Amino acid sequence: MQSPAEIDLHSGGVIGLSWLMIALPLLGAAVLMLGGRRTDRWGHLLGVLMSLGAFAVAAASFVELLGMSPAERRREVGLYEFIPGMADLGLLIDPLSISFALLITGVGSLIHIYSIGYMSHDHDRRRFFSYLNLFVAAMLLLVLSDNYLGLFVGWEGVGLASYLLIGFWQFKPSAATAAQKAFIVNRVGDFGLLIGIFTIWTTFGSLGFREIFSQDPGTASSGTMTAIGLLLLVGACGKSAQLPLQSWLLDAMEGPTPVSALIHAATMVTAGVYLVVRSGFFFEASATAQLVVTIVGVATLLAGAIIGCAKDDIKKGLAGSTMSQIGYMMLGAGLGPAGYAFAIGHLITHGFFKANMFLGAGSVMHAMNDEVDMRRYGGLFSVMKITAVTFVIGYLAIIGFPLLSGYFTKDGIIETAMHHNQILGWLAVAGAGLTGFYMSRMVFMTFFGKKRWADDAHPHESPAVMTWPLIILAIGSIGLGAFLVLGNRFMTFLAPAVGLPQELPEFHFVSTPGLATLALVAVGAAFAWFRYGAAEVPVLAPRGSFLTAFARRDLYGDALNEALLMRPGQWLTRIAVFFDNRGVDGLVNGLAAGIGGTSGRLRRVQTGYVRSYALSILFGAAAVVGALLYVGNM
Amino acid sequence: MTTHYLVLSALLFAIGGIGVLVRRNAIVVFMCVELMLNACNLAFVTFARQHGNLDGQLIAFFVMVVAAAEVVIGLAIIVMIFRTRRSASVDDANLLKY
Amino acid sequence: MPWLSILMAVPVLGAVGVALLPKGSDKLAKQVALLVSLVVLALTIAMAVQFSPNGNRFQFEEKYSWIPSFGVHYGVAVDGIALVLIALSAVLVPIVVLASWHDAEGATRALDLKSELIPPKRSAKTYFALLLVLEAMMIGVFAATDIFLFYVFFEAMLIPMYFMIGSYGGVQRSYAAVKFLLYSLFGGLLMLVAVIALYVVAEKNTFMYPELIGVIQDPTTQKWLFAGFFIAFAVKAPLWPFHTWLPDAAAQAPAGAAVLLVGVLDKVGTYGMLRFCLELFPDASKFFTPLVIVLSVIGIIYGAIVAIGQTDMKRLIAYTSISHFGFIALGVFAMTQNAQAGATLYMVNHGFSTGALFLLAGFLIHRRGSSQIADYGGVQKVAPLLAGSFLIAGLSGLALPGLSSFVSEFMVLIGTYERYAIPAIIGALGVILAAIYILWMYKRTMNGPTAESVKGFTDLDGREKWVVAPLIAVIIALGFFPKPVLDVINPAVDKTLDSAQVLDKKPVSTVAEKKGAGQ
Repeated sequence: MQSPAEIDLHSGGVIGLSWLMIALPLLGAAVLMLGGRRTDRWGHLLGVLMSLGAFAVAAASFVELLGMSPAERRREVGLYEFIPGMADLGLLIDPLSISFALLITGVGSLIHIYSIGYMSHDHDRRRFFSYLNLFVAAMLLLVLSDNYLGLFVGWEGVGLASYLLIGFWQFKPSAATAAQKAFIVNRVGDFGLLIGIFTIWTTFGSLGFREIFSQDPGTASSGTMTAIGLLLLVGACGKSAQLPLQSWLLDAMEGPTPVSALIHAATMVTAGVYLVVRSGFFFEASATAQLVVTIVGVATLLAGAIIGCAKDDIKKGLAGSTMSQIGYMMLGAGLGPAGYAFAIGHLITHGFFKANMFLGAGSVMHAMNDEVDMRRYGGLFSVMKITAVTFVIGYLAIIGFPLLSGYFTKDGIIETAMHHNQILGWLAVAGAGLTGFYMSRMVFMTFFGKKRWADDAHPHESPAVMTWPLIILAIGSIGLGAFLVLGNRFMTFLAPAVGLPQELPEFHFVSTPGLATLALVAVGAAFAWFRYGAAEVPVLAPRGSFLTAFARRDLYGDALNEALLMRPGQWLTRIAVFFDNRGVDGLVNGLAAGIGGTSGRLRRVQTGYVRSYALSILFGAAAVVGALLYVGNM
Repeated sequence: MTTHYLVLSALLFAIGGIGVLVRRNAIVVFMCVELMLNACNLAFVTFARQHGNLDGQLIAFFVMVVAAAEVVIGLAIIVMIFRTRRSASVDDANLLKY
Repeated sequence: MPWLSILMAVPVLGAVGVALLPKGSDKLAKQVALLVSLVVLALTIAMAVQFSPNGNRFQFEEKYSWIPSFGVHYGVAVDGIALVLIALSAVLVPIVVLASWHDAEGATRALDLKSELIPPKRSAKTYFALLLVLEAMMIGVFAATDIFLFYVFFEAMLIPMYFMIGSYGGVQRSYAAVKFLLYSLFGGLLMLVAVIALYVVAEKNTFMYPELIGVIQDPTTQKWLFAGFFIAFAVKAPLWPFHTWLPDAAAQAPAGAAVLLVGVLDKVGTYGMLRFCLELFPDASKFFTPLVIVLSVIGIIYGAIVAIGQTDMKRLIAYTSISHFGFIALGVFAMTQNAQAGATLYMVNHGFSTGALFLLAGFLIHRRGSSQIADYGGVQKVAPLLAGSFLIAGLSGLALPGLSSFVSEFMVLIGTYERYAIPAIIGALGVILAAIYILWMYKRTMNGPTAESVKGFTDLDGREKWVVAPLIAVIIALGFFPKPVLDVINPAVDKTLDSAQVLDKKPVSTVAEKKGAGQ
C-alpha cells in the first residue's frame, strides 16, 4: 500500500466517466420498472444494451488504467456529497476494483444475453431484466465505491436485487420463502459489517479508503483491529455464504438459473472476498483476524464440498460447490498479500467456469422441462453437444485439471496455504479431492450413462443466444488461469491496490501439494466413475449412510438455525405480544377499570334525597368554618 | 350592644337549618330556607350598624331581591312537582340520582 | 411577510369554508380541501427557499403580546429542525387528503365485519374540515417559540384527531379514541404543571423559550421540570412503556388520519425532547440520559419483536413505528451532531415511509375489507404496482440503503456509537428484526398463490397513483441525496448542542486533524 499523496489522483478521461458504469444499468432498471408493460417488447434488449454499455466503459477505463504507471493506478472520481461531514459518494478505480468491474460487466453481459433465450417464455421477462440491471448497478457501486458507506449501499443493494431475483417466481411459496431467508440471513451479516464500519469511523475518523489506509495501523490498538476484522468478516460470511451464515445459498437456487449463475456464483457471493481483500489494512494488522478468516474459509470449503457430494438437484450441487470454492478464496484472502492475488484470481476464473456450468445446467433444464433432478438425466451428451462440451470444460477447470484455469488459481491458494500453515494446506488438498468426486458425479450423472429421462422429456440443444455465452465462458475457463498466474502477472497488476508479498511466489508445475492434489482429484473422479458412470444410477435416491443424510440435509445447518434461532425467536415473539397485550396494556386498561370501579362505588353517595344533600352541606360548612378557625388561631 | 340581634339571628338560622333537615313537606322546607335567608339579613343589618357603614344594608337588599326571585321559581317548581306526583314531600322527589 | 401566521391562517380559513359548504356538497368539500392544502404546500415551499440555513437561528420571527399580565406571547419562528417538520406536514396533508377521498363513505371498509359495526356514512365535509384544522395546529406546534403557545397547540391538536378517530375509525373506534385522548391528556397535564412551574421559577415574566434557555440552574428543579416535559413527550412519541395507545389508535383510525397521527403528531414528542428538554434543562438531560437510552433501546427491540408477532397489518405498522421512535429518541439523547441530525432527518423520513406504508395498507384494506394479514396472499400477481409500492415503502421502513430511512438510521447509529457503543450495537440488532417484520408481512400478503378473496383486486387507480408517486419519489430522492435537508438541519442541531452544553464527540483521527490544520 503506497502513500500516493503526492500524485494527483483525481481523474478526467474515460475514468472520469466511470460513473456511467453504474448509471447506465441503473437507468435501464428505472426505465424498465417505470415503463411497465409498454416496454415489454424491447425491454430485454435495453437491459442487455445497458449492461454492454457498462462493460464498454469498464474496458475503456481498464485500458486507460493500464496506460498509467503502477503508482498512478489509483484514480478517484468524486461524485457528490452524500452525508455532509461523513462521506461523499465517490468511485475508486484501481486494479482491484477494475478487475471486479470487468468480471461483473463481462460475465454479467453474457448472462444478460443468455437470459434473452432462457426467459423467452416468461411473461415477466422485462421485470427480470430490470432486476438484473439493478443488480449490476448495485454490484458495481459495491466494488467501485471509494468508501465504506458507498460500499455498504451497494452491499445492501445487491442483497435487494438478490431478494427480488430469488423470489422472481414469487407465486411459488418456496421461492418467496427462499428470498426472504436470503435477505434476513444477509442482514445478520450486514449487522456485523455495520458495526465494523462504526468502529472504523470512531477509530479512524473517516469512512474513505484513502483516508483510512493512509493512516498508521499502529494508532489503533490491536484489539480494535481484530474487532474490526472480525466484524467485517461477519459481513463477508453473510454475503459469501460462509459458515455459519451459509444456509441461504442453497435455498437461493429457487431463482431462475441465470440469477444463480450471475449472483449466486460469479459475482455477488464473492463480495465477501472483495471486502476482506479491500480491508487488508485491518486484517494484516491482526494475525487473529487473519487466522479466523482462514479457518472459516477451510471449514466452508469442506462443508460445501460435502454438501455437494450428496445433492441430486443439479443446481444445489453447484451451489454447494460455489460455497466450497468461495471457501478457497476466503482462505486465500486470509493469507495476506501472498494470497490476495490468488484469491481474486480464483474468484475471476471461478466466475467464468462456475457461470459457465450454471448456464450449462440452465440449458439442460431448459431442454428437460425444468427438471433439476440429476437422477432423471443421463446420456445427454449426444443430444446437446455444445452444452455438454462447455460444461465439461468448466468441470475440468474446477477440479484443477492441469493447465486449465482452476489448476493455476486453486493450486496457488493451496500452495500459499501450505506455506503458511500445514494443517490448513492439507485440509484444502482434501477439499480438492472431494471436488474431484462431486463434480465428476455431476458430469457422469448428467451427460453420460443411461438415459433416465421422464416420459415427456424431449431434450434438444438450446438456441444460439444461449450457447454463445457458454462458448465464450468456456474459452475463459480454459485460458484465463494461466494468463493471470504465470509470471505473477495478476499479482503485480493488483499490487498498487493490495500490495505485494515480501517475495514473489514462483509457480511450480511439480510440487508435493500439487501432485497430492492431482492424485486425490483423480481418486475422487475415479470413485465417481465407478459409482455413477459405470454403475446404474437409481432413479429414486437410495437412503444412503448417515453421512449421506448429513450432507443431504446441508449438514443440519437449517435444523440448527431452526432450533437455536427460529423457535426461540417465535417463542420470544409470542411472549412479547402476550406481555404487551396483557402486561403493559393490561396495566393501562386495569388502571382504567380500577378508576371506573371506584367511581361506580362513589356515585352511590348521590341518593337523590335533598335532605341528605343538605346535611352534607351542613357538615361541609362546619368543616370549612372549623378549618378557618383553626388556621386563624395558629 | 348588638349581641342580642346576632344571637337572635343565629337562633333563627339554626331553626331554619333544622327545619330544612327534618321536615319533609316541600313548602315547609322552603319556608325554612326563607327563614335562614332572613336570619342572614338580620346579621347583615346588625353588622352594618356595628361598623357604621351601609355595606350590610346594601347586601340585605340584594338578598331580598334574590329571595323574591327564588320564591317565584321555587314555588313554581314545587307546584309542578305536586301536579305530576300528587305529593309535596321532598323525599318523593328523588329521581335525580346516581 | 408573516409567513408562519399565513401558513396557519390559510388552512383554518379553508376549514371554515369547507364546514360552511351546504349539505351534500361532499365532492366540492374534498376539492376545496385539496386546493387549500396545495396552497399551503406552495406557501411552505416559498417560505423554505427563503430560509438561509447559516443565518440567524430563528427566522420568520413574529411576536405579539397575547396575555400581558402573564407575559404570554403569540411567538412563532422556525429554525432548521422546525422547518423540515413543517415541510413534512405540508407535504403529507395534500397526499392524505387525496388518499382519504372515500374514507368518510363508510360502506366498503368493513365488508366482512358484522353489519352493525360498520361505521355509518359520515359527513365528508366535517372530515376534511378537521383535517385542515389539524394542519394548522401541526404547523403551529412546530413554529411556536412561546412555551405557553406550544402547550396550547400541543393539546388542541388532540381535538381534531380525537374526532377523526372516534367518528371515522374502525370497529373499536371509540375505545381507541378515548384511550388516545386520555393518554395524551395525562402527559399534557403533567407538562402544563411543568410549564407553569417553569414560569414561576424562572421569574422572567415570559414564556418565550429563547429567553428561558439557561435560566434554570438548580439541578433539582431542573430534574422535576425535565420529568414533567419528558413524560408528556414520551407519551406522545411514544416511547416504551407509554406506547400502547398507538397501536389501537393507528389501527382504528382511517388510513389518512393514521398517517398524520404517526407521521406528524407523534413527532411533536421527539421534537419536544430535542427542543425543550435538552435546551431548557441541560443538566437534567445529562442526568436522565442513561435512562432514556435504555428506554429507547428497549423500544427499538421490543417494538420490532412485537411487530413480528402481529396479525393485523395496521397494528404491525404501528409497532414498527414504536421501534423507529426508539431510534429517534436514541439519536436525540446520544448528544452527538451525527445522531441528532440523524434523528431529525429520521423524523422526516419516517413520516414519508411509514405514511406510504399506512396509505398502501389502507388501499389494500379498502379492497378487501379486512386488515388481517391472513386474509391476503398473492396480491403481487393481480396488483403488481400496489405490491411494488408496498415493497418500496417497506424497504424504506427496514432502512435499505438508497431509500431515505437508511441515511437517518445510519447517522443515528453511528452518532450513538461515537458516545455509547453498546446501546448502538443493540439498537443495530433492530436492523435484522426490521427485515423480518417487513419481509414476512410482504410475503404473507403479496407473495405465494393468489388467494380467492384477492382475485378481483384492481391495481392502483389514477388517484391512488398520485398518492403513492410523490411519496416514493421523496423516499428515493432523500435516500440518495439527503444533503439539502441535512444542510438545513445541521446548523440548527449545532445550536441545540450548544444550548445543551454538550461537546460533540467527533472521532479522533490523525487525518481529520491534518484537514483541520489545512483549513
